[in-house]
Amino acid sequence: MSAVLEHTASLLESAPETPAAFPAWFAERQRAAWQRFLETPAPKRGDEAWRFSSIKQLDFASFTREAASTTIDLVRRSTALESPAAKFVFANDELLHSESNLPAGVVCLPLAEALVSHGDLVRAHFMKQDTRLGSAKWTALHEANLRNGLFVHVPANVEVEGTIEVFHWLAGENTAIFPHTLVVTGANSKVRVVDYFQSAGDEEPGLCIAVNDLIAGEGSKLDYLAVQAFNEQTKVIQVNETGVAKDASATGFILNTGAAWARNESLSRLEGEGSRSDMLSVSVPAREQEYDQRTFQHHVSPGAYSDLLYKNSLYDKSRTIFSGLIFVDEGAHRTDAYQTCRNLFMSEDAEANSMPGLEINADDVKCSHGSTSSQIPDEEIFYLRARGIDSVRARQLIARGFSVEVIERLGDDKVEEMILRFLDDKFAHIAGGGA
Amino acid sequence: MSLVITDLHATLEDGTEILKGVSLEIPAGEVHAIMGPNGSGKSTLSKVVAGHESYVVTGGSVTLDGVDVLEMDIDERSRAGIFLAFQYPHEVPGVSNANFIRAALQARLPKGEELDAVAYYKDLYTKMDLLEMDRKFTARAVNEGFSGGEKKRNEILQMMMLDPKYCILDETDSGLDIDALKIVAKGVNAMRSPDRGILMITHYQRLLDYIAPDHVHVMAAGKIVRSGGPELALELEEKGYDFLKEDALASA
Repeated sequence: MSAVLEHTASLLESAPETPAAFPAWFAERQRAAWQRFLETPAPKRGDEAWRFSSIKQLDFASFTREAASTTIDLVRRSTALESPAAKFVFANDELLHSESNLPAGVVCLPLAEALVSHGDLVRAHFMKQDTRLGSAKWTALHEANLRNGLFVHVPANVEVEGTIEVFHWLAGENTAIFPHTLVVTGANSKVRVVDYFQSAGDEEPGLCIAVNDLIAGEGSKLDYLAVQAFNEQTKVIQVNETGVAKDASATGFILNTGAAWARNESLSRLEGEGSRSDMLSVSVPAREQEYDQRTFQHHVSPGAYSDLLYKNSLYDKSRTIFSGLIFVDEGAHRTDAYQTCRNLFMSEDAEANSMPGLEINADDVKCSHGSTSSQIPDEEIFYLRARGIDSVRARQLIARGFSVEVIERLGDDKVEEMILRFLDDKFAHIAGGGA
Repeated sequence: MSLVITDLHATLEDGTEILKGVSLEIPAGEVHAIMGPNGSGKSTLSKVVAGHESYVVTGGSVTLDGVDVLEMDIDERSRAGIFLAFQYPHEVPGVSNANFIRAALQARLPKGEELDAVAYYKDLYTKMDLLEMDRKFTARAVNEGFSGGEKKRNEILQMMMLDPKYCILDETDSGLDIDALKIVAKGVNAMRSPDRGILMITHYQRLLDYIAPDHVHVMAAGKIVRSGGPELALELEEKGYDFLKEDALASA
């Protein structure tokens, strides 16, 4: 097979080849994952995990793997936070740039490198859990095609100040990427990682199937943020797998401003007493964008806390789906679990589907779940306009404020400002403020 | 230079007439008070002048220094120099007070021109100090969790920052204890100027003890029924609004 043919072949047609440098166990995992991908039936209409979803979005036959052609500009464009603790830039899963200023003992490497240098450590944590929220076929495809991403291991008692930033660029037409982020925190350590998902161009359709494993060790603090700002021709599946040990705290935050269609699956397992998981999301879909979010708060251990807050501001003819479940295992007594999804309609043509859920198999639990949908009250608009702010800007300020209530839970001014910049960039690209 | 309201008629969307021919002139440099019983249309008058969309103007005119106000959108009226201090200011979750006022000032600048942030905060802090507002109010969401008095002070702060030509204060004294009332009055008095007209709507004489009006009007059943000097407010305080009934009898 010539190189040209190889590049134009659909990624669904033949098994990807594991790079020769990768360890044998990983090659075997990739081979098995491809097999699993082939054997797992595609989601179909009527599947509970895909209720209200646009199944037609799952046709990925036109996508292929490709190396990015022009890349220099992408490193320059990879700027978000001032002086990050470390920064990695990938284009189509190839490393373009890395810099790092991390405390001794922290392993923070491109996954392709970590597989070679820290194979056992990666193996101990890599994709240990089954995909439970519907995308098992696509996480198998991810695993089979995986070439790179980030591996972070923070040893016990080490606190990383600042933020580790990872830029994932999609470049070229009909290109698929499979970025992976694996973060492991030792006891009483601390780290924050941000993945930025962006397109090199405004027009080229792309596909991103991203998976992350976040493993928060005892008493540690692990913050993970995903900023999804792809162009509006791109499709995304992003699966978040989080395990939180005793007294540890994990925060997962997702910002959706880009993509034609994005599916987020986020699962948090509360594995020890005193563990805490904050699951946060802000989405601002416009035009015909569609965001499909599925969540699972799994209380395995007694005495754990989880709090989910997802907010959507829906413009134009956009659509969102939220399906969340709080699941309290037998024996997980003294569980505190909360789940809220709020939708703010900025247009009468938008559609939000919310399916909050609760299953409790223990005693003495405090759980609540709910979803609300509303429009901006006329009196609130009047108040802002009576101060001279025009109606487009007034609605924008209110929608921004609606999102700010989630963003300020991140608890870091610089990070919050950075997220707001992405948000403001989206608002600047909404015609007429959706009025 | 004045805000002139001439034979203004306005109805609710269902056709109920609330304003039945209000005429009033507030020249720059003067402070006017409108008093009157509940349901007389005082608050409606303020909202109609500000452009509230729940009311339909069926007749009359409002002009600001000779310019037709009724032709303007709500936000245009504000930028043209009309300020309404709300009786019940709305909460705006997630929008900080500082960003809110900044957005209102930014809206007054030509396109492409950015507000000078340093000068803005300096000005804001000076005015907050005058109103004895803690600096923490800059970061708090607009009116969210504010007490009644804090909300009213916040209205006066916005008024001071936006520097309007004509101010309409709707029941600014309601829900204020005496200390808060004095602070609010201090802010309003600081705004008195030969270039600015002020209209205070109030149910009680109490506010007028601290902000002395040049003219007092009495509104009842959608009309101004009496106008006079400051002594009219004292007379109302003494006799109540019962005279309105007598007037109604007399004119019948």
